[in-house]
Amino acid sequence: MTTPLLSVTGLTKRYGPRIGCADVSFDLYPGEVLGIVGESGSGKSTLLSCLAGHQTTDLGQITYDGRNVLAMSETDRRRLGRTDWAYVHQNPRDGLRMGVSAGGNVGERLMAIGARHYGQIRDSATNWLGRVEIAADRIDDRPTAFSGGMQQRLQIARNLVTAPRLVFMDEPTGGLDVSVQARLLDLLRGLVRDLGLSVIIVTHDLAVVRLLAHRLMVMKSGRVVEQGLTDQVLDDPQHAYTQLLVSSVLAA
Amino acid sequence: MTDQAYNFAYLDEQTKRMIRRAILKGVAVPGYQVPFASREMPMPYGWGTGGVQVTAACLTPDDTLKVIDQGADDTTNAVSIRKFFQRTAGVAVTESTTDATIIQTRHRIPETPMTAGQILVYQVPIPEPLRFLEPRETETRKMHELEEYGLMHVKLYEDIARHGQIATAYAYPVKVEGRYVMDPSPIPKFDNPKLSDSPAIQLFGAGREQRIYALPPFTKVVSLDFDDHPFIASKAPHDCDLCGAGDSYLDEVITDDQGSRMYVCSDTDFCAGRRDAGHVGRLGVAQTEGQTQGMLI
Repeated sequence: MTTPLLSVTGLTKRYGPRIGCADVSFDLYPGEVLGIVGESGSGKSTLLSCLAGHQTTDLGQITYDGRNVLAMSETDRRRLGRTDWAYVHQNPRDGLRMGVSAGGNVGERLMAIGARHYGQIRDSATNWLGRVEIAADRIDDRPTAFSGGMQQRLQIARNLVTAPRLVFMDEPTGGLDVSVQARLLDLLRGLVRDLGLSVIIVTHDLAVVRLLAHRLMVMKSGRVVEQGLTDQVLDDPQHAYTQLLVSSVLAA
Repeated sequence: MTDQAYNFAYLDEQTKRMIRRAILKGVAVPGYQVPFASREMPMPYGWGTGGVQVTAACLTPDDTLKVIDQGADDTTNAVSIRKFFQRTAGVAVTESTTDATIIQTRHRIPETPMTAGQILVYQVPIPEPLRFLEPRETETRKMHELEEYGLMHVKLYEDIARHGQIATAYAYPVKVEGRYVMDPSPIPKFDNPKLSDSPAIQLFGAGREQRIYALPPFTKVVSLDFDDHPFIASKAPHDCDLCGAGDSYLDEVITDDQGSRMYVCSDTDFCAGRRDAGHVGRLGVAQTEGQTQGMLI
């Protein structure tokens, strides 16, 4: 029996009298992909940023790899955020340094944890650009010269270069057209499988979670209304809101 | 002659105490930027208002002041600040590095080695080394607090990626005693090794940005670099055309519109001293005693 990599109990975040997310509990096992779906304003992104430590949490407990995340010093938490964790933003502009070349973007996390050999940093940057299908001769171009899909792939490379074990993704395919989205999903699926990543992916696109996620959590008004295996939840929704969500998907 | 309308060295005593407290804190935590309530000075920002306030707080009537601007004693900035303190403090002034007890400098460290007991005051335009990498002040302070300096190397990485070498030639970032990353003010990187282990005390004042930081004597200061692209204290590959010095930082002076140029020491006191001692460079003429002020061009 494996122990969970990330264990969350009773996580609550309030914005004054309003609820951001309330009483969320789940376990995430190594190599598992957890999807979080729900409509806009249902607390998905709040939950994700609380987990990643971008926002303070009001109540509850987060245990990562046997360590209490909320009791950690800020130094430790930020180090965790640079090494073992990764955060892929919906808008690549939030996650990339737009004024720094692609190679510098990928190398930043390596340099942040103490890499001081230019040649080695550049080699791993080249390697990672290759893995996310960006040509090696684009290494010195700035992200501003990249298309949206390339920027998103660059952001993923930048996050995965330190071999994190847990990746948070906030709508990684939002704002991309369908063919680019398909390629990105293909790439993500390959990387997750090859690297054995644990992923928490927030999205409102049910097709994305169907493709990527092993398990699914459905949120409404800050609370988890249903969770289970992805196929089970999507094919046999129990909660009225999930039924509504599933039936609202437009068929092409 | 002291202008009686002003307190000694222009600033009032309470202001000087406030600045001295900031300096003491800076000396206690080398490389840490101490905020202070910078005053309006009778000169524009960018002309050394920070350095002038630090100098004013350190001056005593017995001090001998030297002011240099890019190494030179006779340029506008140096002359006006020297006159300012002659008028408001009535202290002795000198152009000789060895005779001075306080040296206020804009963007150079004198070639003549500093000695114990001297104070070197730097004028700093932008004290935050991470400023152009991370625009948020709240974030840069957090980065200093948590020693997150990976970003500084991203800048050096970009230099190598774009230019094939670390092209940063001035304001080259340094790490102080293995803790704080510091902007040594825009001195050429040629001067960076002189920051380390100096017997003199080094104070940095940024007036507009309201920060003071300091290096106490014999502080270890290391220039950041990569293992395979080590730090090089570079200078123009020439000798001084006036005094023949091969180890001083040089200014390039264009002498006509045919592309002729000469290289001269940027430290005028050092160059004059060498010429007085009988050294002659490629374009120099032998000097007689006391004639060094007249340049040949």
